[in-house]
Amino acid sequence: MLRFTLRRFLTGVALLFTICTLAYFLLYIDSDTIAAGILGASATKADILRFNATHGLNENVFVSYANWLSHAITGNFGAAWTFTEPVSSMITTRLSVTFTIVTISLLIVTVISLTLGVLAAVYGGWIDRVVQVLGLIGFAIPNFLVAFALVAQFAVVNHWFNAVGWTPPNADFNEFLKSATLPISAIAFTGLASLTQQIRGAVKDTLQNDYVRTLRTSGLSFRRVILKHVLRNAAGPALSVLGLQFVGMLGGIVIIEQIFSIPGLGSFSVQATGLKDIPSVMGVVTTMALIVITVNFIIDLLSAALNPKVRLA
Amino acid sequence: MTTSLISLLQDPNQKDRNLFYKVITNPVGAFSTALVTLFTLVAVFARVIMPYDPNASDYSALALDPTPAHIMGTDDLGHDIFSRMILGTQFTLSGALLCVAIALFVGSVLGLLAGYFGGLWDSIGNWLSNILQALPGLVVLLAAAAVLGNNLYLAMSIYGLLLSPAFFRLMFVTVRGVRNELYVDAARVSGLSDFAIITRHVLGVVRAPIIIQSGIVASISISIQSGLQFLGFGSSDTISWGSLLMDGFANIWTHPVRLLWPSIGLAILLVSIVLFATTLRDELERSGTRVRKSTKKSLQSHTRTAATEAPVIHPEPTRVGEEILSINELEIGYLQGNGTYKVVVHDANLSINKGEVVGLVGESGSGKTQTALALLGLLPQGGTILGGKIAFDGIDLAKITTREFDQLRGRRISYIPQEPMSNLDPSFTIGSQMVEPLRVVMGLNKVDAKARALELLGMVGLPNPEKTFRSYPHEISGGQAQRVLIAKALSCGPDLIIADEPTTALDVTIQAEILDVLRDLQKRTGVAILLVTHNFGVVADLCDRVAVMQHGRVIESGGIFDIFDNAQHSYTRELLGAILDENGPARAPYKEDVNA
Repeated sequence: MLRFTLRRFLTGVALLFTICTLAYFLLYIDSDTIAAGILGASATKADILRFNATHGLNENVFVSYANWLSHAITGNFGAAWTFTEPVSSMITTRLSVTFTIVTISLLIVTVISLTLGVLAAVYGGWIDRVVQVLGLIGFAIPNFLVAFALVAQFAVVNHWFNAVGWTPPNADFNEFLKSATLPISAIAFTGLASLTQQIRGAVKDTLQNDYVRTLRTSGLSFRRVILKHVLRNAAGPALSVLGLQFVGMLGGIVIIEQIFSIPGLGSFSVQATGLKDIPSVMGVVTTMALIVITVNFIIDLLSAALNPKVRLA
Repeated sequence: MTTSLISLLQDPNQKDRNLFYKVITNPVGAFSTALVTLFTLVAVFARVIMPYDPNASDYSALALDPTPAHIMGTDDLGHDIFSRMILGTQFTLSGALLCVAIALFVGSVLGLLAGYFGGLWDSIGNWLSNILQALPGLVVLLAAAAVLGNNLYLAMSIYGLLLSPAFFRLMFVTVRGVRNELYVDAARVSGLSDFAIITRHVLGVVRAPIIIQSGIVASISISIQSGLQFLGFGSSDTISWGSLLMDGFANIWTHPVRLLWPSIGLAILLVSIVLFATTLRDELERSGTRVRKSTKKSLQSHTRTAATEAPVIHPEPTRVGEEILSINELEIGYLQGNGTYKVVVHDANLSINKGEVVGLVGESGSGKTQTALALLGLLPQGGTILGGKIAFDGIDLAKITTREFDQLRGRRISYIPQEPMSNLDPSFTIGSQMVEPLRVVMGLNKVDAKARALELLGMVGLPNPEKTFRSYPHEISGGQAQRVLIAKALSCGPDLIIADEPTTALDVTIQAEILDVLRDLQKRTGVAILLVTHNFGVVADLCDRVAVMQHGRVIESGGIFDIFDNAQHSYTRELLGAILDENGPARAPYKEDVNA
């Protein structure tokens, strides 16, 4: 288990390093274009040179990357070009907002899809058909369309919730609910639909195994076999789907935050790229990659802990 | 396994033609295909269909709600929204096409190389696909737009690269599987080049899955594309559904209907693409299972008509003990699609006394396993007892509820399965699987249950019970696993054990050991055993009496010596003749010699 953990950890670090390196070189390789893009069409050669000098773009890109990396390891992504605040502190503030939304969505999605997926797989019938149809719709309809429908109905027509804005839960919980319910529902709906279907599939596959019937022959009830043995064996495949779902949510939240004007990491990435603030973009890409890799690492460890064949290796 | 091979060996072109025919004739498939075709036609002929110039501003008709002249209304600049919707189809679909084409090309080529040549290609391909999957696509696109500029076609090309792992995985897995199939070797022997092998066989196999995957990738790329445009990416003069969404959302408080049109358009398009893909997938899966079903069916209809010879019941030998189980005219059927039952067992008669070992013999498909499962109340889904009686110690097993059955299983009737390895839960230790029924069924406490489990493991001849107790199923051998399952079957002190081909899956030397264990334990505990097998050798070794099943009914039964010395039914004699074949040394080469 220790060797497995170490190997996975090192793979994750290597992956993060590769992504950062690729991203840095792609973002910084053509400094003149960056400068021209930011300064506009009227910029002279001298303006561009001055811009490059103030932002360290005239340095060798390898040197500046080494410099960036040595700071990034300590959690410092440097100064932004267009914002006064340093990149790291902007990311930290916004990450907490995104984190709140994603965590709550993930929690809701996990609990509901687990229940529905198991029920659909075990009992079939109408609940199975509902899950199938929901899965199809959830897969086909992007979450921003769900968000539009929710805003139109529950904010524009009914005024139950806020259409835009964000209140942190510790500031005013009631306002938090009014601002967070719609975006969380939109994110959760898409995840819910596909995860339920995946869990249904995983449980159905597990039910096919010979040992499920054999366990019953030793006098264990159906309920017990499902809750203890089938769920335990379906947990591995379900977990890896949850990992993919998480990456999908992080991508989807970019648009959702923009729709609801939520000051999270997603809307920050839209802002930063719109302003061509390269240090901020670099910070966002690194943070997103770090989150995804960390979550996958945790999921790998959990699946390994669930699978005795890996655990003992 | 055999089915996949058979379906692979069929001419892929023929198979695909059938498949697409099935999709078109399926109502959902026809509906979704029609819609996708409609959208494509609208995109192609957009400039002909649209009623107004989408860029012409009509200043007498600014920001109108739907009117007869402008059926979807107009925007703030007096553009006709209906015309913009129609022209938007073009951009939406061409972007998706570009994305799918790039994902398909890059993913398939890398997948082919990695799957066929393995080695370095394999490592590179998998490494790349891991990197691409570790990134949220939208963030990458935004970052790329910051450097490469605000071009949506460029963005869709990059997104195609990001989605290429979908095709890479598909290609990689299929090619690797097909490469190892027999017929590719055969093709290579017959002198075909690698390239010919790949195109002829592999591409034939993956064609349908690729179309399914393309549909899925197309739908994802359309979502992302609209999302990007909604975020303000792309040139502002480009007319597309995404830009209409942006305009609609900006006016959600004043003209909510403007948001409706592109949303509905997107929803219908996306749902029909996904429906098309899933219908194709379902038909593909169904065509796989249909082969299996039809072979089974032909076997069944064959069995029903062939049984004409009258059953033979030998006079009862002097039997000891009282009757524990008696089966009378048992009939088992499976509910079919048309509401009728397919009968798999009928007219099965059998009785077992306490402490007796009775063999239930027959070839596969004769109904012996179905009979055994009925005794456990665990017939597969759709299976029902249609008639007859199963009297177990005065209880009619054909009538009792699931809850009542739960009380019997383990404690009074238990089961030894055929495949030892697949019948232990891989996620729990042997010990925990042994202890669980002892605690749940017998109500023992933790310490007693463990002691009893260790005792049982010792009884079945496992050399180191403590070690086996701590092991996971994958850490022990097949023979050991079968001993564990025997110990489990004995653990709650049953009156009757149903052993379904308990030695078939094992090596010959292990088979003898397991039979010894069974005989020894039967003597020590006095449990009755119903031994289901196709092998008269095993029967001779263990049984007191025998019932022979063919085509779903018991055709001959009697004492072991009556059957062996004086078999009446022609089928029984045939089976008896097979003992020599199966247990004789090196049977196949011997026969070949004779024929040569």
